[in-house]
Amino acid sequence: MVEVLRDKEFLVREYLETRGLYSHHINSFNAFIDCELKKIVQQNHAVRSDADPNFYLHFKNVTVGHPQVDDGFNVTRNVTPQECRLRDLTYCAPIYVDIEYVKSGMKYLRKGFIIGRLPIMLRSNRCCLYQKSDAELAKMKECIYDSGGYFIVKGTEKVILMQEQPAKNKILVEKDSNGVPTVQVMSSTVDKKSKTNIIFKKNLIYVCHNALEENIPFVVFMKALGVCSDQLILQMVGTEFAIMNQMYPCFLECSKLNIFTQKQALRFIGDRIKKMGFSSEDYDNRVITEVHDFLSTVILAHIPVTNTNYHMKAIYTSVMVRRLIFSLSNPDLFDSKDYYGNKCLDLPGSFLSLLFDDTFKRFIFELKSVADKNIPKVKATPFDIIKYIRTDTITNALVFAIQTGNWSIKRFRMERHGVTQVLTRLSYLSAIGMMTRVNSQFEKSRKVSGPRSLQPSQFGMLCPSDTPEGEACGLIKNISLLAHVTTESEDDDAVLKLALNLGVEPVGLFSVEELHEEYMYLIIFNGNIIGSTNKCIEFVNKFRICRRKGMFSKFISIYISERHKCIYINSGDGRLCRPYIVVENGQPLLTNAHIDNLKRGYCTFQDFIDESLIEFIDVDEENNSLIAYCEEKIVPETTHMEIAPFSILGICASVIPYPHHNQSPRNTYQCAMGKQAIGTIALNYLHRIDTLQYNLWYTHIPMVHSKAVPMINFDKLPAGQNATIAVMSYSGYDIEDAIILNKASVDRGFGRGGTFRNSKCFLRHYPNQMMDSIQGPIIDNATKKPIYKHRALDNDGIAAIGQPVFDKQVTINKATPKTVTVEDVGGDRGFKETPMYYKGYDPSYVDKVMITSNSDCFLIKENFRQPRRPEIGDKFSSRHGQKGVVGLIVNQEDMPFNEVGICPDLIMNPHGFPSRMTVGKLIELLAGKAGLLEGKFQDGSAFGGATVADISDELHKHNYNYLGKDVLYCGIDGRPMEAYIYSGPVFYQRLKHMVADKIHARSRGPRVLLTRQPTEGRSKDGGLRMGEMERDCLIAYGASMLIIERLMLSSDVVEMDVCKLCGLFSYSGWCHMCQKSNSVCRIKMPYACKLLFQELQAMSIVPKISLKKYCD
Amino acid sequence: MNNPIIMNKYSIERTLGNEVKPYNYDEFVKNFKVNIINLSETDMEFDLIGVDVALANSLRRVIISEVPSMAIEKVHIYQNTSYVLDEILAHRLGLIPLKADPRQFKMKEDENSEPNEHDSLVYDMKIKCTKKDLDALAHKQYISFPGMILFLSNILIYINDEQLTFIVYSKHIKWSPLGNQKDIFTEKSVGMINDDILIAKLRPGQEIELKMYAVKGIPKDHAKFQSVCTAWYRMMPNIKLLDDIKGNDALLLQSCFPKGVIGLKSYKGVLVAHVEDCRKENSSRNVFRYKQFDNKILLSKIPDHFIFTIESIGAMEPSSIFFEAINIIIKKVNNALEIALNQTEV
Repeated sequence: MVEVLRDKEFLVREYLETRGLYSHHINSFNAFIDCELKKIVQQNHAVRSDADPNFYLHFKNVTVGHPQVDDGFNVTRNVTPQECRLRDLTYCAPIYVDIEYVKSGMKYLRKGFIIGRLPIMLRSNRCCLYQKSDAELAKMKECIYDSGGYFIVKGTEKVILMQEQPAKNKILVEKDSNGVPTVQVMSSTVDKKSKTNIIFKKNLIYVCHNALEENIPFVVFMKALGVCSDQLILQMVGTEFAIMNQMYPCFLECSKLNIFTQKQALRFIGDRIKKMGFSSEDYDNRVITEVHDFLSTVILAHIPVTNTNYHMKAIYTSVMVRRLIFSLSNPDLFDSKDYYGNKCLDLPGSFLSLLFDDTFKRFIFELKSVADKNIPKVKATPFDIIKYIRTDTITNALVFAIQTGNWSIKRFRMERHGVTQVLTRLSYLSAIGMMTRVNSQFEKSRKVSGPRSLQPSQFGMLCPSDTPEGEACGLIKNISLLAHVTTESEDDDAVLKLALNLGVEPVGLFSVEELHEEYMYLIIFNGNIIGSTNKCIEFVNKFRICRRKGMFSKFISIYISERHKCIYINSGDGRLCRPYIVVENGQPLLTNAHIDNLKRGYCTFQDFIDESLIEFIDVDEENNSLIAYCEEKIVPETTHMEIAPFSILGICASVIPYPHHNQSPRNTYQCAMGKQAIGTIALNYLHRIDTLQYNLWYTHIPMVHSKAVPMINFDKLPAGQNATIAVMSYSGYDIEDAIILNKASVDRGFGRGGTFRNSKCFLRHYPNQMMDSIQGPIIDNATKKPIYKHRALDNDGIAAIGQPVFDKQVTINKATPKTVTVEDVGGDRGFKETPMYYKGYDPSYVDKVMITSNSDCFLIKENFRQPRRPEIGDKFSSRHGQKGVVGLIVNQEDMPFNEVGICPDLIMNPHGFPSRMTVGKLIELLAGKAGLLEGKFQDGSAFGGATVADISDELHKHNYNYLGKDVLYCGIDGRPMEAYIYSGPVFYQRLKHMVADKIHARSRGPRVLLTRQPTEGRSKDGGLRMGEMERDCLIAYGASMLIIERLMLSSDVVEMDVCKLCGLFSYSGWCHMCQKSNSVCRIKMPYACKLLFQELQAMSIVPKISLKKYCD
Repeated sequence: MNNPIIMNKYSIERTLGNEVKPYNYDEFVKNFKVNIINLSETDMEFDLIGVDVALANSLRRVIISEVPSMAIEKVHIYQNTSYVLDEILAHRLGLIPLKADPRQFKMKEDENSEPNEHDSLVYDMKIKCTKKDLDALAHKQYISFPGMILFLSNILIYINDEQLTFIVYSKHIKWSPLGNQKDIFTEKSVGMINDDILIAKLRPGQEIELKMYAVKGIPKDHAKFQSVCTAWYRMMPNIKLLDDIKGNDALLLQSCFPKGVIGLKSYKGVLVAHVEDCRKENSSRNVFRYKQFDNKILLSKIPDHFIFTIESIGAMEPSSIFFEAINIIIKKVNNALEIALNQTEV
């Protein structure tokens, strides 16, 4: 019997606490700064000039400082993220390099030279929030529960989303879109990316590549790689009968092409490489070198080649062909692209390193061209390169890319949009939910099910619930609570050495035939064949022991693929992995004593990882593991045990109580809705000036919450309230999911919240020494009070804090000079008013005013708040995807009440249950009720939580009905209701969709200048469109006069003169065509029609109107 | 009288109100009874026997929605640098119960008229938190309740003992008399009912300065004008044991009801259950959970016996609230009568 581990969820908590919820973003950024940046600079460290061979500039030792702000006059100081948010600055730090360069033949050295500024990720090791205590964070006006992991660029918070990509350097056998069996490898190295296919077409095998105009027969390709003997080629691929059968026609074709030597093969390929325009002299040699170049660096670029020794490439290609041929007879061997081991996640770090690499190369190129241009010139002062180093090349490129999300890297022909997104601060959940989001590169409009559907290999790595509905369904995912994304490992050399020590023999030592013997396993390290072994299990076990002993990174995975007869070792970045408790000999290594120590703080989660009681297993290695769900399920073969089952869910799904009792789409709906629930967005919400911020005044901790809720701090920044609900029908205003609210509850604060909205304006300096100014309010002479428009203004012309502002009132009374250009110096010194207006049906209150400077101008930001009491039409939802609008607000005396005098806050119609099957909500209510009586929070964790039987007993104990149904008296007639009513507390979220933001009506209003038709949209006070379908109704009904009224008279009617004779427009009663006035008639027509006719005339098309008497 | 309302496992058999009986004054007077069970300063429980459910309910409805009380209606905020927004502060202040007896005030006729001594009460609050105050506070609390600081810092936003906050309670609101009010009232008679209602928390340097105007209003306008926490009734339960329930079943039966409902007596060494006090039964119907009690127990309610509870917030005695409500009902009835009479004349 295996001892049951108590409080395993504590491990999850500890894990999330020590590592942070969003460490993958931060880790990858740290890795970028600490390693990648250095590597990139090292690789391109020198600037040389063609003009002077003695000239050079070396970059050495690159470091990144701490975020700074330039205060002007060359004064810089450290800056906090909050200041950047408020002042619309970029949170970036200087990149320092030590440079060594030549000036007038002398060597100079300069240390700490700034070459640009790098936007810094919040909470990364360069951020000023790094490892700060809560009190220190509070002093910096930063929320202690904020996730970090995003950038602040010009005041907006930007996240570089994780991108899902096909894994690199993997052999994938698939059928392409035409059903042709293909084996594909996407090679990727630091400076090359290429895709190589080997296809099986018409019984022959070809190698295809983008750089080739034609497919190359496989045998020819092998000959080009230097394997000229047909026997050798066959032995490389394999000597099984099936293979020989398939290979025969290939050899035949090769001999038909008369290719027998490597040179012939090289020439054959050379004739087919694109863009070869060599002159005839020495043609042969140049082609050959070109093909050598192609073979060594372009095709299968990830396999290193030294001195045109293609042996490894030949073996790799033959392994590909071998797999292709086996797959032909056994369709099971085809790989799936959607299998998550064949995917990798690109993190911000790798995006930034791509970008930085590109810009740094451009930066160096620019310096080189400057040197080339300037060195030959004879000047009084010697050429000094550092005067030409421009810091804004790098700064602007990085800032621009993060700001717009456009990642264009010409070298890889990469042109990506929407890589970054604005961090949505609608609620705390939406902000942290964004940090776990995984974006996929698939086209959203395509109707493919494969990449969208939940793959079994995603278990525990990606949340099965949290994905949007509609077109992005399944393409945007969220990683689970415990999932970890690996970053680049530093231990590659150690792993290689160790593998050799553990008995891997380099491929070169074998005869090629031996490679494919039954007992031989190829070892593939990060996509490269490093050798082979005949003691596969022994090797893997030893390797794992070494990993557990900490001889190299814990995140390096190893697994045996029996199908491929390969052992894969992966150390690359972007793999998803997950911690499990190690089980040996049917006993988990982690014991209760360990957990107790953890609880007491004697050790940390990291200690368990270091001691290998807990191990990270990636998607591939899961295939070699037998993972028990719980202690009872452990069998002798078990290798690992799940830490806590609820950790398969993501952040948003963790908030749902009893999700395992709900119909699955309901959980998905809640994941989307939880992000719209208003609450407290962060502890510093009162210090923020966002474009739009919602908040709920009195937030509650949910009565029923899951174990994950405190871990994601949802209990500290909740979004919702525990409403006492009664599940019953009431009044008929509750059909179609509408809910009934108790007016007294609303009076007392249920669902009360507010919005914050900002407005900002810049005060600019103009070239003619003029500047925008702010002028005080205009005082009405009669009353000695400011005029209505200026009533909200303080004496300084900026709205006063605490003042209510109504529609069309001025909030900043700005004035702009009438003349601004340099030529106008001394011209008109007058100002014209360009004030900022408040727009809105309901008044707001001025919350904050901030006056600051931002690079070259003054910046004024104002924040307005508006209280929002729930009203009919506002949207509410429970945590089970059950949304509804308020249908009626009922006085307390009309609400039903129970035997102890409790009135529900909210009435929900029971028809919401049968078809939705949200049993979780029913249990939440029951558990919440028991929790109230007991005076404690209830646990509704996924795959666990308090059971209904226990809850029933608890209710019984407190003399409440065990089913949770109470006798309710009708508030209107006073009689007890015939049915017992299911009532108790349920956590309700108020969603951001509020009537006050949507209400819209218009009788008359603004029109579009061009067509004179009413404007469109609420923001422009637009008209309500009578669309095609509405028009169809009127036609069908025969109300033709109504159509004329709606479509013309109430819209863009215009009276025009039309000449009866020529059918053209006349003006002022005179037809210019006919030179007559008696033929002119006045008709009404839509202005859009008139406009069309005139536009047609402008294109030399003459539309003519023929007029007829209405009565004829 | 009426048939009892029988409570079945899944529904209530409701015959009440379905039959129309002619009203008989003498019979009403004979049957009508009010028994006061429990009366304290704020709570009253009484039995209303022999009335129609409509009357009991109208009493409840009037108490909840029409008996007036005083509450803060307007807040002039001179200074508020606390973290509590002006609107939230005003909302919170409005909900604070006041001791003022509404019968001594008039309803404000015009919302925008100047407050006077007959229709309004004015309160002031001026509080500033300084570092010195806070240190003193921390010290005092530490001396008197060493655990308090820990508890306090737990509920603070920033868990750090130097980050203590000054807590503004309702006791900091001071009444300021209008006109001749100071001759009639005292701070005690119109001030706050509870001293310890949390209003806001202040950090050093923050201050709140307010002037509040309380007026008389009815709860229909806003729940803050309710003079009761709540008022409700339930029908007198009745339990009938149709069969002898003995031994362990008797113990089980006892556990299905609140304490004191079912009594146990020992007959010849065997426990037999009997109904001791029906009143305490609260319709939990947990007997239906067990098969062995099927058809052995009849749960019902007596339709003309109401156990009525009034929980006053403290401004008026519960009995006064009851009379106020009765007066309002009488006024309504007279009004209705008048209209009815006038109509017959026309």
